[in-house]
Amino acid sequence: MLHIVACIKQVPDTKIIKMNPKTNTMDRSSAPAILNPYDAHAVEEAVRLKNRYGGTVSVLTMGPPPAVKAIRKCIEIGADEGYMITDRAFAGADTLATSYALTKALEKIGKSRSIDLIICGKMTIDGDTGQVGPGIARRLDIPPLTSVKKVVEINKEKGYAIVHRKLEDGYEVVQSTLPCLFSVEKEINEVPYAPLPNMIRAARYQPHIWSVDDLEDVDRTLLGLKGSPTIVSKVWPPEKPKGGEMLTGTPKEQAERIISLLLERKELFRAKEELG
Amino acid sequence: MAEKFDVIVVGAGPAGTACAYTLAKAGVNVLLLERGEYPGSKNVMGGVLYRKMMEDIIPEFYKEAPVERPIVEQRFMMLDKESAVTFSYKGLEWNQPPYNNFTVLRAKFDQWFADKAVQQGALLVNETVALECIVEDGKVVGVRTDRPDGDVYADVVVLADGVNSLLAKSLGFHKEFRPDEVALAVMEVLKLDRKIIEDRFNLEGDQGCTIEIFGDATKGILGTAWLYTNKDSLNIGVGTMLSGLIKHKIKPYELLEYVKQHPMIRPYLQGTEQQEYLAHLIPEGGYNSMPQIVGDGVLVVGDAAQLVNAIHREGSNMAMTSGVLAAEAILRAREANDFSKTMLDSYRVNLLDSFVGQDLKKYKDATHHFEKFPHYIEKYIPMMNRAASQMFTVDGASKWEKQKKIWRDIGSAGDKLKIARDLFQAWRVMK
Repeated sequence: MLHIVACIKQVPDTKIIKMNPKTNTMDRSSAPAILNPYDAHAVEEAVRLKNRYGGTVSVLTMGPPPAVKAIRKCIEIGADEGYMITDRAFAGADTLATSYALTKALEKIGKSRSIDLIICGKMTIDGDTGQVGPGIARRLDIPPLTSVKKVVEINKEKGYAIVHRKLEDGYEVVQSTLPCLFSVEKEINEVPYAPLPNMIRAARYQPHIWSVDDLEDVDRTLLGLKGSPTIVSKVWPPEKPKGGEMLTGTPKEQAERIISLLLERKELFRAKEELG
Repeated sequence: MAEKFDVIVVGAGPAGTACAYTLAKAGVNVLLLERGEYPGSKNVMGGVLYRKMMEDIIPEFYKEAPVERPIVEQRFMMLDKESAVTFSYKGLEWNQPPYNNFTVLRAKFDQWFADKAVQQGALLVNETVALECIVEDGKVVGVRTDRPDGDVYADVVVLADGVNSLLAKSLGFHKEFRPDEVALAVMEVLKLDRKIIEDRFNLEGDQGCTIEIFGDATKGILGTAWLYTNKDSLNIGVGTMLSGLIKHKIKPYELLEYVKQHPMIRPYLQGTEQQEYLAHLIPEGGYNSMPQIVGDGVLVVGDAAQLVNAIHREGSNMAMTSGVLAAEAILRAREANDFSKTMLDSYRVNLLDSFVGQDLKKYKDATHHFEKFPHYIEKYIPMMNRAASQMFTVDGASKWEKQKKIWRDIGSAGDKLKIARDLFQAWRVMK
């Protein structure tokens, strides 16, 4: 029986988030908080593996109390248990401090039921780093397998996993020992519309909530802002692309205009050729 | 095995949530189903929440609920092309507890209200569409949702699924509503600095103002436009009978654009930035359009039951009261362990006895009357504007002469008789 833990995060929906033009920071109140889309695929893959091999799926998150919503979303997808670490001491964590805190929580989860596999999403859509997964693997001293796009086999008895890792020009087949950590691509699966019993279970579900004091052997200097060497020196929104030209008139006029434009602006084609 | 609850409430708007809240508070096991991502995400109203009915459910809710501004002034504008006759009432008694009413943004308010029901023990499931009622032996015993393994059962199902109520329709309680029974409202939320709002609308601090706009705003179609102040945004909208839009071949967003560009409205909106665009049907058929609202194991509340007073732009308050009355009928039915139509019928009786039924009866012919005679809007409002212009323009003519001119403007003796008749008719349908 496998015990799989998916690490997940609640993030602002960056598709619709606005930037504060004065401070150049994200205006988090302008966007609803959602389950990081990559993490939904991580949980879904964990649930699929559970259905294939039997076992339990737990999810773990670090965040403020409202992040319980993200855990409920994972229960909807089919996770069995949810764990949340929440404490002021965790606030302001960069990827280094985050992976440390999550590792401590994973150690505690592992004590009651040993963990065979950890699955993370490729990255979060608010930080875009993809560092937390490998950070956890390094601290737990287990192999990190990033860019996983297919899980071929998990064999707990023999202690190995075989996956496809996405490469720029294809994929590679990798075998690893267990336990190990995957961070998964979106294409690994599609998250289906959750069945109603899962929705009802999720609405009722109360996750396990831990503060720093509930974790063991914690070096507090490695948590939160204190444990975060990353310094954000400047943030700015990307420059808006300059508006194009809107072609108007009859279809014939528009066609003529577009042909003459294409003939005029040959650099458009050259750029393409250079890219190969 | 599909789960069974005591009660399933379909729709987490004001009616459904009020019902679920009341039931959960009494210890009933309630499932509250919402099709939107969260309660309020799909809901639209002009923006006025009435304090009284909400406070009957949660006393002093305004201390913690996300309300925008308590309304201290209600203005009414009678628009012509380039003029307006405005009257208003402003009273500071409305600026202190218990207040009269508030502007709210539904996306925030409904979510808060549903959270309150959850705190009482209701189980809220979002993003789930109820497709039909499950009927066994002529009794409603549950609902079928669009999710896999989507059947769920209950002793009673409360249909609070809004104006289109697919579920009530599937039970044959009502047919597709006719275009003269529903209004289409389109609305924009416009962002504006709160300081500018307060200056522009003559408000101090959190005070709010509502403006109801009649006449040229709807291009002669029966309906109204409105402009409400939120904390740091304005709601501008226009609602007209669907039949009128069809007859005049006007697209609703064109009408809203016309309102926004109207010289009497435009200055209020200067410097705003569009934040949201919303559109929704409003059931305005009134008493005559009320469908069957009670069946074996089923009750219909809120918009689904056509509980809207179009004349006084009230709806959410009626919805809440209907939700509470439905919950009370269910509690009685639970005591008797009898969920038949006869037992649940006390909901219908009490609803008709309450202000909801009384007001619907009072105005049962009003909308239909004004729809049938468009000259109230097309003719009399411009006439009122011309009269005011005539009277207040100082041009050397004596006030006697001015009164004569106004009198002549009304038309021949026959026209005057017609106006008298129209006014009498209007009084008759409104009295």
